[in-house]
Amino acid sequence: MERLPRWADLMLVPLISLALAAIISAIVIVAIGQDPLEALNTMVTGAVGSAYGWGYTLYYTTSFIFTGLAVTVAFHAGLFNIGGEGQAQLGGLGVALVCLSMNWPHWALALPAAAIGAALFGAAWAAIPAYLQAKRGSHIVITTIMFNYIASAFLVYMLVDVLRPAGQMDPATANFPPGTELPTLNHIPGLSLVFTKGVPANVTLFVALAAAVAVWALLWHTRLGYQIRAFGKSEPAARYAGINPFRIIMIAMLISGGLSGLMAINNVMGEAGRLVQNSSEGAGFIGIAVALMGRNHPVGVVLAAVLFGFLYQGGAELGLWTSIPIELRTVVQGLVILFTGALDQMVRMMLTWAFSFRSPSQARGA
Amino acid sequence: MADQAEKGRQATAAPSPYAIELKGISKAFGPVQANRDINIAVPRGTIHGIIGENGAGKSTLMSILYGFYKADAGQILINGTVTPIPDSQSAIRAGIGMVFQHFKLVQNFTVLENVILGAEDGFQLSTSLSKARKALEALSRDYELDVDPDALIEDLSVGHQQRVEILKALYRQAEILILDEPTGVLTPAEADHLFRILKGLKEQGKTIILITHKLREIMEATDNVSVMRRGTMVDTVKTAETSPEQLAELMVGRKVLLEVEKKPAAPGRTILKVEDLRVKDEHGVERLKGVSFEIRTGEILGIAGVAGNGQSELLAALGGMAKATGRIEMNGAALPVAGRGADGQSRRTAGIAHVPEDRHHYGLILDFSAWENVAFGYHNDPKYQKNALFMDNAALRADTEAKMATFDVRPPIPALAAKNFSGGNQQKIVVAREIERNPELLLVGQPTRGVDIGAIEFIHKQIVALRDQGKAILLVSVELDEIMSLSDRIAVMFDGQIMGFRDPETTNERELGLLMAGMSGEAA
Repeated sequence: MERLPRWADLMLVPLISLALAAIISAIVIVAIGQDPLEALNTMVTGAVGSAYGWGYTLYYTTSFIFTGLAVTVAFHAGLFNIGGEGQAQLGGLGVALVCLSMNWPHWALALPAAAIGAALFGAAWAAIPAYLQAKRGSHIVITTIMFNYIASAFLVYMLVDVLRPAGQMDPATANFPPGTELPTLNHIPGLSLVFTKGVPANVTLFVALAAAVAVWALLWHTRLGYQIRAFGKSEPAARYAGINPFRIIMIAMLISGGLSGLMAINNVMGEAGRLVQNSSEGAGFIGIAVALMGRNHPVGVVLAAVLFGFLYQGGAELGLWTSIPIELRTVVQGLVILFTGALDQMVRMMLTWAFSFRSPSQARGA
Repeated sequence: MADQAEKGRQATAAPSPYAIELKGISKAFGPVQANRDINIAVPRGTIHGIIGENGAGKSTLMSILYGFYKADAGQILINGTVTPIPDSQSAIRAGIGMVFQHFKLVQNFTVLENVILGAEDGFQLSTSLSKARKALEALSRDYELDVDPDALIEDLSVGHQQRVEILKALYRQAEILILDEPTGVLTPAEADHLFRILKGLKEQGKTIILITHKLREIMEATDNVSVMRRGTMVDTVKTAETSPEQLAELMVGRKVLLEVEKKPAAPGRTILKVEDLRVKDEHGVERLKGVSFEIRTGEILGIAGVAGNGQSELLAALGGMAKATGRIEMNGAALPVAGRGADGQSRRTAGIAHVPEDRHHYGLILDFSAWENVAFGYHNDPKYQKNALFMDNAALRADTEAKMATFDVRPPIPALAAKNFSGGNQQKIVVAREIERNPELLLVGQPTRGVDIGAIEFIHKQIVALRDQGKAILLVSVELDEIMSLSDRIAVMFDGQIMGFRDPETTNERELGLLMAGMSGEAA
């Protein structure tokens, strides 16, 4: 078996996958009678062409880092957590309950409390599928998907019947007290020189980056991470080593759910300032693609989150400034996920084939 | 090698006496030269052995002959004619049949259905079935194959399944039969039967290539033997004119001790006492049916038996990997056999180290680096921790480097993934990890499976050295030679029970073989 050089595997494969996704997207845009170059220009200008655009792109990036890390941690334990969406919505509930619980004097106090609430609620929502997997063998993919629907329905109930202030028309909580308002990038000293206009990206971005570092340290520098990875690679071997499967499944899923839940401090607390229906807007699912593309490594996850942030923001710009329908954003994202997540093995095979011609003596063999 | 190949070249003009000739075969996988200018000539109607350590290039060579790989250079001659073999279909057309180490049979098909699979002709299955039935009955009769065409594969013993593989090849008119490590899964009696079949085939003019690492089989069954080492063909000799010692030296490139040198055992007090140990598998079937024995310090107890007679379950129960009932006493204190405390960590704390039977499945995480694998099972050891929070990866790497030096692991690169080491070096990593713990009791399962001769010698020495330090060792192996030469006492298992204990000095292979087949000389 010939193998690819490491640099080609890490850099060329995602880039070619992206290029393929872009080409197919361009064909689709041409097919609906629009100009793909104009579309690309609009996306780039809108998402990364200005500090203002970056302010939006990074806001989405923040959410995707959390959900991408969530998928990553579970993946290393050999678990496919598809429930990021539901866990993020429950995290939103945790944030809302914390923020509405008292008149917070300062955001610096409210943020850690809300983060704990978000993580606890997200983790709790992941705990049930985790328990069912560990004790009953119910497949975690199935149960986490189902728990997304339950979460969605549960939030509708909470927003309509429990948390909605009397007399309010829409299913949402009251606005959070002013003391919970997180500084956006344009309000942070230093960064405010760059971000002159109001942007949604906020201090949660730094929490997300810290989480990425923490996940990296956890997985590769702690005993727990060692056991998670060993269990994920081989359950029989883990049993031989005396690693308790129940414990690892529970802990990995609690961490994963907690990370998904943490996303809510970005969108619910940092941006909306209240909890609305479907607050996570699909970020839980995007996390799967982010983790796949980021090769389940925190550094890769952060980079992939930036890319998907760009796609989200650029796609929104498309709907705003061109006559290309906003639905095309979903098409482009779908293609990127298809090529970077599902079909990257195809690209890898083609590259391996190409490389075997270039330098047969350098290719590594078994 | 040279004169054999020379003869082959001269003979090509006249009708060749050789069924197969390989000339100048080379194959590289990247930087690894798996085969380098291989010349070999196999006379028709002989059994030709090919031996060599793991990674010597035997499998690559046979894969080239069977069309799985394309050689970078060289020619294949079948019956004196140059025959390119780009795929296995061409190999079958050229009359080559292959019996793989891992059988390629459909478990819930009958023998007949398996035999015609891929060779069905005609629109209706029934015509090929009835045609095959006749052919099969004739083949079975001629070659003492003795297989019921209507039996389901899953109901057959491993030995019978292997015969189905041979039948498949013969049904496809194979004139040349290649067998890859055919006796790894057989009892001594089954192996003898296989060799009788092969001799019968030979008498009918078939040519047989036997790939094995067992010198005894080469000496017993073959006419000529070719020795491979590091991708090259070292020599081809007449079996009658060589000796196991000479072959081993050719394989390894230096003198090898085939017999394990050891002093008489000096057993001390009883350290492990097992009483009525029973284990059920996941289907609720009892696999270990009430086993009782004791091991003393400074003693190697060997467990002989054909694979799948409860040895794996015994190791699993002792190693804390499987729930059991009964009693396990270590140093006079009972160890839990199920539930809390019956896990790998507790066993290690109790002083039991475990070299598992299947290093790929249990002993190693193949994607992990060597240093990560050195911590495997001992990841809670304080000396691998930097502080309460983090592991000390640097200390672990240094420890791995030291172990690699002591155990001569090659290449000595701690960061290399376990899967990139050869079988022998992987096993050395596992053995180093377990033995360096200086355990009171070492459980060893198949310590030399898929391990080359040089490493076998080394691993055996380590096990004996541990015994001489006064430690107890439970050795499980399907290699009777290994059991006979290492053990101080032998217990034979059959069908989940111990059939009896024997002294290696006074017993013989025949007696052990009978016990392994469930025929007991005494009341068990």
